[in-house]
Amino acid sequence: MATAYDIAMTQGQPEEDSSVPVVAVENLRKTFGILKVLDGINLSVNRGETLAVLGRSGAGKSVLLRLIIGIETPDSGSVFIHGQNIAGLAIDQMGTIRKKIGFLFQHAALYDSLTVAENVAFPLDHHRRDMPRSERGDRVKQLLAEVGMEGDFRKLPSDISGGMQKRVGLARALALEPEILLLDEPTAGLDPISSGEIDELILKLQRERQMASIVVTHDLHSARTIADRLALLDQGNVVIEGKFEDLQQSNIGFVAEFLKHS
Amino acid sequence: MLSVVNSATGLVNGFFEWFGNLGIFSWNVLKAGATPPYEWQELIRQLDEVGSKSLPLVAMAGAAIGVVISLEARYSLSRFGAKSMFPATLVYSVLQVMGPIITGLVICGRVGAGIGAELASMKVTEQIDAIEACAINPYRLLAATRILACILMLPLLTLGTDACALLTGWFAQTLVEPLSFHQFIQAGFKGSTFNAFLPQTFKTAVYGLIIGLIACFQGMRTRGGAEGVGRAATNSVVLGSLFVILADVVLVKFILVVFP
Ligand SMILES: Nc1ncnc2c1ncn2[C@@H]1O[C@H](COP(=O)(O)OP(=O)(O)OP(=O)(O)O)[C@@H](O)[C@H]1O
Ligand SMILES: [Mg+2]
Repeated sequence: MATAYDIAMTQGQPEEDSSVPVVAVENLRKTFGILKVLDGINLSVNRGETLAVLGRSGAGKSVLLRLIIGIETPDSGSVFIHGQNIAGLAIDQMGTIRKKIGFLFQHAALYDSLTVAENVAFPLDHHRRDMPRSERGDRVKQLLAEVGMEGDFRKLPSDISGGMQKRVGLARALALEPEILLLDEPTAGLDPISSGEIDELILKLQRERQMASIVVTHDLHSARTIADRLALLDQGNVVIEGKFEDLQQSNIGFVAEFLKHS
Repeated sequence: MLSVVNSATGLVNGFFEWFGNLGIFSWNVLKAGATPPYEWQELIRQLDEVGSKSLPLVAMAGAAIGVVISLEARYSLSRFGAKSMFPATLVYSVLQVMGPIITGLVICGRVGAGIGAELASMKVTEQIDAIEACAINPYRLLAATRILACILMLPLLTLGTDACALLTGWFAQTLVEPLSFHQFIQAGFKGSTFNAFLPQTFKTAVYGLIIGLIACFQGMRTRGGAEGVGRAATNSVVLGSLFVILADVVLVKFILVVFP
């Protein structure tokens, strides 16, 4: 049976040219007051590709993700989603783009008045009203099972741990079967086993659905596992971008130091 | 001297900036709220939150002012030998003057602080960003529903306040001078058409607009952690009640001119 998602996918397909990166940022600059956070960032991700973004705390990784989804606006530079510049888009057009993006916030940002299951159902309840309620319920159960949270669906976010909130946030990000995943430290605060499971899940999604993902992480092991490419941010710039081996072989002082301490 | 001028211009700038931002905010809410998809479910939840759950509070406030007005009115009227005017005086004071403004202020305290704090804490914990990231317009989902609920519920709550005030006002009077409730109401409303009281009741919709709008605005522009949340709640109540009182001045004059 074709789900609403399959239909949307096949209808949405023609406009997507595979030679255009799914997500691209060009010369992105962002300052807060006098604090220069991003100073000309260029990055791109293709279909089926995962980019890991690394950098010290405060390097501007979260800001980068927020700029890509348009919650924050850049001082200059552009963000392209499927080749479309998101600057100045009307809220409806931005909504169409955002529905294709699954976003995991660094601190999960679950709706604290809703239960775990309602949190995951939230995007479905708003954007998939065509889907029968029971089907939505099944989908929520399946998503929670994927992140290993099926047992706690009735709890409120305040009654589960930070790592569990993160996993629920990931389930919510996946609810609309996005084509793009933006994950802010998906495995931070997780034990090694859960962390490995989340990595597996991201890999599986990438394989099965050819998602394009940008994953911010401090976990070099996880970055190596899931990412095709890694980008290291420092002082508002991409210091190096490439495979893990490229980073290892780099003779840039900061890169070597970063790897030494990870 | 210069610093006084500087801080004065700062204050003036801040004042205009606040109003400018409020204007932009209102426009965004109006645009979002007036276009589909409508958030019926959230609206119903808010009607319950603002309306039903405030009923005990306005009932108590109404009951209290009913007794106070009754005591005061009996005392002053008997001094002038106009005791027969008691029912009309009570009805007039409650319906025209005290009921609407007391409801406005009490609801501003309860609902204004509630909305201000709720939205502020959603803002600082990135929940509002998460709504946006989910391709949902937070002006539509959060602000428009709450403001509309306030607009719709304030007149109804005012009727609740009025009813309780009349009831306790009458009751306090019967303890001294027995008078049936029926007689009391008949005497109270004699000579005044029902229409005389409608504008006074429905003007509270404007209070609702003010309370909802200011609380949503203060909540959604919050920055800076728990302190910011506290400040948003306080400002929602302080500014809300201030503007409710100022609006009352304008509305009373307006009603006197339009409905002579
Ligand atoms: N809304 C804001 N207003 C002012 N400054 C901000 C704002 N958002 C972020 N910053 C600043 O931007 C810088 C980068 O923040 P960001 O959250 O992107 O760091 P990060 O790389 O994600 O760090 P971490 O690894 O600790 O999460 C920080 O110095 C932060 O103080
Ligand atoms: Mg961060």
